[in-house]
Amino acid sequence: MTAQQIIFLIVAVVTLGSALMVVTSRNLVHSALWLVSTLFGVAIIYALLNAGFLAVVQVVVYIGAIAILFIFAVMLTRKEQLESGQRLNSGWWLGAIIAVLTFGGLFGMLQSWSGFSKVSTDLPVGFDAVGQLGNALTTPTGFVLPFEVASVLLLAALVGAVYLAFNRK
Amino acid sequence: MNFWNDPLKIAADWLTGILTGWGMPAVAAGILVAFLGTLLLISLLMVMDIFLVWLERKVVSRFQDRIGPNRVGPFGLIQPFADIIKLLIKEDTTPEGADRVVYNIAPMLSMMSVLILWAIVPLAPVILGVDLNVGLLYIIAAGAIGTLAIIMAGWSSNNKFATIGAFRQVAVMVSFEIPMVAMLLIPTIFAKTMGMNGIIQAQNIPYFILSPLGALIFLVAAIAELGRAPFDLSEGESELVSGFNIEYSGMKFGMFYAGELLHALTFGGFLAILFFGGYRFFGLEKVSPFLAIVIFLAKAMVGYWVIMWVRYTMMRIRIDHMLAFNWKFLTPLSFVLLMVTALMNALLAGTSVWVYSIGMFLSNVLIAWIALEIVRAYSRNEREKVEAPKVAAEAHH
Repeated sequence: MTAQQIIFLIVAVVTLGSALMVVTSRNLVHSALWLVSTLFGVAIIYALLNAGFLAVVQVVVYIGAIAILFIFAVMLTRKEQLESGQRLNSGWWLGAIIAVLTFGGLFGMLQSWSGFSKVSTDLPVGFDAVGQLGNALTTPTGFVLPFEVASVLLLAALVGAVYLAFNRK
Repeated sequence: MNFWNDPLKIAADWLTGILTGWGMPAVAAGILVAFLGTLLLISLLMVMDIFLVWLERKVVSRFQDRIGPNRVGPFGLIQPFADIIKLLIKEDTTPEGADRVVYNIAPMLSMMSVLILWAIVPLAPVILGVDLNVGLLYIIAAGAIGTLAIIMAGWSSNNKFATIGAFRQVAVMVSFEIPMVAMLLIPTIFAKTMGMNGIIQAQNIPYFILSPLGALIFLVAAIAELGRAPFDLSEGESELVSGFNIEYSGMKFGMFYAGELLHALTFGGFLAILFFGGYRFFGLEKVSPFLAIVIFLAKAMVGYWVIMWVRYTMMRIRIDHMLAFNWKFLTPLSFVLLMVTALMNALLAGTSVWVYSIGMFLSNVLIAWIALEIVRAYSRNEREKVEAPKVAAEAHH
């Protein structure tokens, strides 16, 4: 096993373990903190895949904004709501089956893909991954249309949020 | 190539050679040497941090017309060591009802979020941890971890003052991140890279000449990110006692405090790297990497001094004023500046260095002037609204 594989296994176990803790932890704030650990694990996996830009953006967006927002929302709920009640409801086994089936389906589908068992090679020295990504997102032959559609969607969400929160006099 | 030109690589190669000579696999030796390098950097930073305590206390006492620590050792230099011993032997208290694990992780995470920033800081052309091609975004990512540490400390302390302090600090950090990101993109436009070393190498003209307004907005956003006066609402002694770190005692408080001081120096360093040419100083950096380190640290100290200067001479701003200042003034201004800079960069591409620099400088001055005029007109308007009924009431008398 190479050093990279060992790191991957450790990170994968930590990520999955934290993800399990998110849904089983008795305290909602702890769940949110475990979610941070899960998201950080995903960021490390991006870094292992030579996607440094995605790794950093994962931390900025998911930990810096979304997880903090979660923690805010949880902290503003009442204490009784936080600690009472069961973590699992009667449909937990259904959720578990769906999770296993999804994993199995994805696994089976990816097995027929030629790149499934390939070992990743190092990028050539001086390879400008960020520049390539930027070009792909802004050239008409690349992904400029999906990128713009996603931007418009986010803008619409922003306008909607402002409209809902706006206090009419 | 000898030791004095590339000390880090020579030392690492020498050490790897010895380790592999002992029969260690090359991969393991590489990991061990990288680990030792990290350990060395962190140790040096922590030792420097001890003297930052002394420095900060000396500078604040000068601003307040005092002498500062001067009893222990020459110029009071041994004072921080006495302080550390005091912090270490203090009782380590945990408040009742605190979330013990989260409470203990928070100070470590706070210190860590500062230390990891130094992984990308180029101390000299060849002395740097890693030249990340997304270096500027990395600063923001590390800041996100710092925010997380503060909210963890505030929540786990089981103290209302701490929670309110954490809320305020997070509100400040999340909002001032936006102008900061916009200002980080300005050196990116000029240098066409987000890597720290690339930005420094591209600064034949320091970027504070090309974008003085950008440097100023970056400084303001950095001070807010640091949670220092005039943006130190998270501590707000007069209302919150001590804010998010109120329940911490001994060395756990020391971690927050030391982290804050090192954070201030670090952002002084980033100001130097992004707008003042980092380790470059009229070609002196080419003489020796060690001279380059001295130049960089001197520039970082000047940035740190400006941050201290602002801290000890400005009054605290109220939270709503501060958020309004960010969302209604700084954010639109930084977006306009970013767009104009990108546009000017495209328009002036291919012109001579002189035309390019003067054009950039003048566009900055123009934007600053227009922004100030708009603010002045707005405040005059507001003042008239408040004063008009007063005048009418007096006339009625």
